[in-house]
Amino acid sequence: MELKVENVSFSYNKKRQILKDVSLSVSSNSVVGLIGDSGSGKSTLCKIIAGYISNYKGSVTIDGEKIPDKDYYPVQLIFQHPEKTMNPKWKMKKVLNESWTPSQELKDTFGLKENWLNRWPSELSGGELQRFSIIRALNPKTKFIIADEISTMLDAVTQVQIWQSLINHCKANNIGILAVSHDIDLLNIICDDILYFKDINNL
Amino acid sequence: MEKLLEVKNLSISFTQYVQGLNRHDLRVISDLTIDVNSSEIVAVLGSSGSGKSLLAHSILGILPYNAHVTGEIKYNGKTLNQELKEELRGKEICLIPQSVNFLDPLMKVSEQAIGECKDDDEHKEKKIRQREIFDKYGLDESVDDMYPFELSGGMARKVLLSTALVGNPNLLIADEPTPGLDAKSVEETIQDIINLKKEGKGVLLITHEINVALKTADKIAIFYSGYVIEINKAENFNSADTVLHPYTKALINALPVNGFKFTDGVQPLEETLGCPYWENCPDRFDKCENHKPDLVNHDGIMIRCFKYEEADNGA
Repeated sequence: MELKVENVSFSYNKKRQILKDVSLSVSSNSVVGLIGDSGSGKSTLCKIIAGYISNYKGSVTIDGEKIPDKDYYPVQLIFQHPEKTMNPKWKMKKVLNESWTPSQELKDTFGLKENWLNRWPSELSGGELQRFSIIRALNPKTKFIIADEISTMLDAVTQVQIWQSLINHCKANNIGILAVSHDIDLLNIICDDILYFKDINNL
Repeated sequence: MEKLLEVKNLSISFTQYVQGLNRHDLRVISDLTIDVNSSEIVAVLGSSGSGKSLLAHSILGILPYNAHVTGEIKYNGKTLNQELKEELRGKEICLIPQSVNFLDPLMKVSEQAIGECKDDDEHKEKKIRQREIFDKYGLDESVDDMYPFELSGGMARKVLLSTALVGNPNLLIADEPTPGLDAKSVEETIQDIINLKKEGKGVLLITHEINVALKTADKIAIFYSGYVIEINKAENFNSADTVLHPYTKALINALPVNGFKFTDGVQPLEETLGCPYWENCPDRFDKCENHKPDLVNHDGIMIRCFKYEEADNGA
């Protein structure tokens, strides 16, 4: 399968255009890296691809078909700050099972500990929370993952663990990944292909 | 060089309620000892969730009400109590907070950078300084009137950095100032931290980005599960062979430039009886399971591991 972004343009207000004619494509089974300056619109592009923003020009398609917004959205975005994506008044067990019920095997791959499940989001660290938000996004109906700076806040050891688990799972299940990061050394290692944001944004 | 900040045997724990009225103490920082001199940058580097930010919060006295702190923190030789902390913070001691959530969502960012002012003159003075600093970070005048939700992650970080620098502090506590910034802004932040050092100021840099620590710091302390496990000279962190603790070695090898080597295991959530790294350690002894090593001086390097204690005793 192929996720295609074609000629996407977007601006939040009339003063400044953020994206102009951005095109890119990600195929299942591949990891594409995207690198760019802060404030250049990478996260905005991620939100458009994952269906959070709808009033843009251009098209986002999977295998040439428009993505239906009624059912489960097959493109899932994982954010940089997991603590902002979780209901602070839900225990982690409820947070984890929000989208689907992950198998024990998957929880083990990501090193999820049983006693984390009875805690509140504020009682876990960023690295621990990020594991939850990744597993939550790996619903079997997910076809593509947009990873927006998902390991920026993590230490190097956790970074390796999270990326290895995520990539192994995605390769095994034919899920494509768009990895957004500032860290060129990281992208060089995990990606099959790297795009420079300033090259694809025609501003 | 004089000692600006001394932290001795600091421990922090939280009281939690579990099931009704049963209380439970959760230890987050244990037996932490670290010094920052003037004209010195000390980096505290550790896995996420190891309690690094709480160190910063305890120095500034902004821990939540259910926190218990033991041990001693001194600033310029004087014991820092809550009263003194409140007097000094924002003036002599400044913090760059970790999360962009620390910005007030209902306040224009330029006003947040300027902070509290006594009168209009002070406001004008600080406004000029704020403009200079914003300019330096490439935040143009249109940013002044923006609210936090209008900023990108990187811009919000630059605003947080500016809020601390407008105050012109003696001791800067930088809690993860760089993640999410592009290479150019990271370079500028690093340069700013080094400039502060040249001006004779002390910096406590809390980070997990080893590259930033390597480029700026004189000393690096490695934090694991609430314990400082190693304090070593920054240049020794360029290779896994010159650092001592097994976790430090794993950390260096896990960097993308050093091979992205996988190491299994997460840090324990509960207080362990023995060494906090015992569960994951490749070199563990039998006694590590039930006995805690102390932070000892091994050839000028502070290390908390029985492997080196044994070596010293044998010699």
